[in-house]
Amino acid sequence: MQVIFEKSVKERATAQYPKLDVEAMDLASLTGGVLRENDAEIPELSELDVVRHFKALAKRNVGVDDTFYPLGSCTMKYNPKVNEKAAAMEGFTSLHPYVEFYRAQGTMKLLSHLEELLCGITGMAAFTLHPMAGAHGEWVGMSIIRKYHEVNGGKRNRVLVPDSSHGTNPASAAMAGFIVESVATDSNGEVEIDDLKSKLGDDLAGIMLTNPNTLGVFETKILEIAKMVHGSGGLLYYDGANLNAIMGKCRPGDMGFDVVHLNLHKTFATPHGGGGPGAGPVGVCSKLEQFLPTPRIVKNSEDDSEMPLIWSDDFPQSIGRVSGFYGNVGIAIRAYTYIRILGEAGLRQASEDAVLAANYLRVKIGKLFPVAFDRMCMHEFVVTPGELLKNGIHTLDIAKAMIDRGVHPMTIYFPLIVSEAMMIEPTETESVEELDRFIEIMEDILDVAKNDPELIKTSPHKTVVKRLDEAKAARSAIVTAGFN
Amino acid sequence: MVPEELKYTKDHEWIKVEGDEITVGITDHAQSALGDITYVELPEEDEDFSAGDSFGTIESVKAASDCYVPVSGSVVAVNDELENTPEFINSDPYGDGWLVKVTLTDATELEELMDSEAYETLLKEEEE
Repeated sequence: MQVIFEKSVKERATAQYPKLDVEAMDLASLTGGVLRENDAEIPELSELDVVRHFKALAKRNVGVDDTFYPLGSCTMKYNPKVNEKAAAMEGFTSLHPYVEFYRAQGTMKLLSHLEELLCGITGMAAFTLHPMAGAHGEWVGMSIIRKYHEVNGGKRNRVLVPDSSHGTNPASAAMAGFIVESVATDSNGEVEIDDLKSKLGDDLAGIMLTNPNTLGVFETKILEIAKMVHGSGGLLYYDGANLNAIMGKCRPGDMGFDVVHLNLHKTFATPHGGGGPGAGPVGVCSKLEQFLPTPRIVKNSEDDSEMPLIWSDDFPQSIGRVSGFYGNVGIAIRAYTYIRILGEAGLRQASEDAVLAANYLRVKIGKLFPVAFDRMCMHEFVVTPGELLKNGIHTLDIAKAMIDRGVHPMTIYFPLIVSEAMMIEPTETESVEELDRFIEIMEDILDVAKNDPELIKTSPHKTVVKRLDEAKAARSAIVTAGFN
Repeated sequence: MVPEELKYTKDHEWIKVEGDEITVGITDHAQSALGDITYVELPEEDEDFSAGDSFGTIESVKAASDCYVPVSGSVVAVNDELENTPEFINSDPYGDGWLVKVTLTDATELEELMDSEAYETLLKEEEE
């Protein structure tokens, strides 16, 4: 398939302009003499060419609207269409970010209420909706922790992450100026307490945890961990990637976490991945509230019925602005819709069903492939190819074979502490029939892998593009498109 | 097969000792576990390290992993070839895929390293 640049035909314009019937103007006079020297490289195609090009691409796309998508740690739950309907309301879509506050009161009220709802769900004192995605939220959260220690005079520059953590955790901590150290995992799949104990100290800024962690295991010693880290003067950061397992059951704030980021595109059913953008709101406990990014929505101190809410920059201890305007507001509207429609009981049931679906699969898939840290899991679990490795079949081959069978592969080779990991997260939105269909697919793959391993090793066979050379793509990456 | 003349770390680096200079690379087991290597980040010459410091990163299609220098010393040579041909680590981990050469400051640190027999035992243990 050609890229759109390759389809370009010189002077095949979509738009035709009327004949110039006014005096021609010198463009340079408008720009102070600054003009580009070469034409912009824009593909020249007819409207129909463009429509067919993108329609063809769309047909080859795969998403949760097409098929089962058990991408572990990503919570690829179905995104209800009513969320789109709400976000598409003209009052939201036609709102310009520079509009006067009094004309945006409805949207501001929604955002403010969403902040409150997220506080309730997580047990935090205050939230910011500014961060544009999960990793952005992590960086904002870690910057708040850095600011807290600066203000309190502590020279704390060390951050701990478990060896099972999301790769973004150490990266975000490093971006925020910290030195990162990793903590070992014990034989139950939880943080190893003795190792943590040996890494505390008066230079410790904090620890970043996901609970349940990336093995799908709940950190049962979280209260003890919080006590240890707080006792050492450090703060606890909660990576909200796996919040889908615990909504309405327990709250990061009650576990002792000081900073939380959420992924609205995971837990709160907003579009994900290529369908983004994402949103990574950050919540904090009360002693960190003063450091949240600005501007913040606050009650208008002047009695003005037309403008009860304003955006305020009047927070001298704030870490400052982290987004051009107010975050991805369209995503916040979708998440708000989701939360309001489900309500407290609905969110709790979503988490219960997500955990139930994962355990159903863990037990059934566990009969086919060995489960790493095989115990009651939360919303996801990790398996490995087991005996198939002896036939030369690796996780990558199994993932490719799944594509041929019409399901999106799970997360592979993560978490790093499990060799040949396959991380499966079904989410609450799949029916038991769909889960059974997936089990049959995995049975079929296992069967073929035993009897005709070559067929699995060379898959996928039914796709437009066959097995990709992933090493070549990374070694000699071409990441720009253009003419010639 | 694990070469008998080399020393090993639990992080799957190999060390070749020649007088007070050592060559460091990753083992065949390590390259096989990482998969196709796509990028290698190595230190500058003359950079000093203490035992246990990370001196570089190896990225594969699966993961990015730190490499640790097992002894204290100063970098005297870096395998620049890997910049354009990181696949040497996959094809020849004990030869063309070497990473850095370091001069030792404390030869007694070498005593901490495993010999080939101990490393093979570690590999067997990890398999289980």
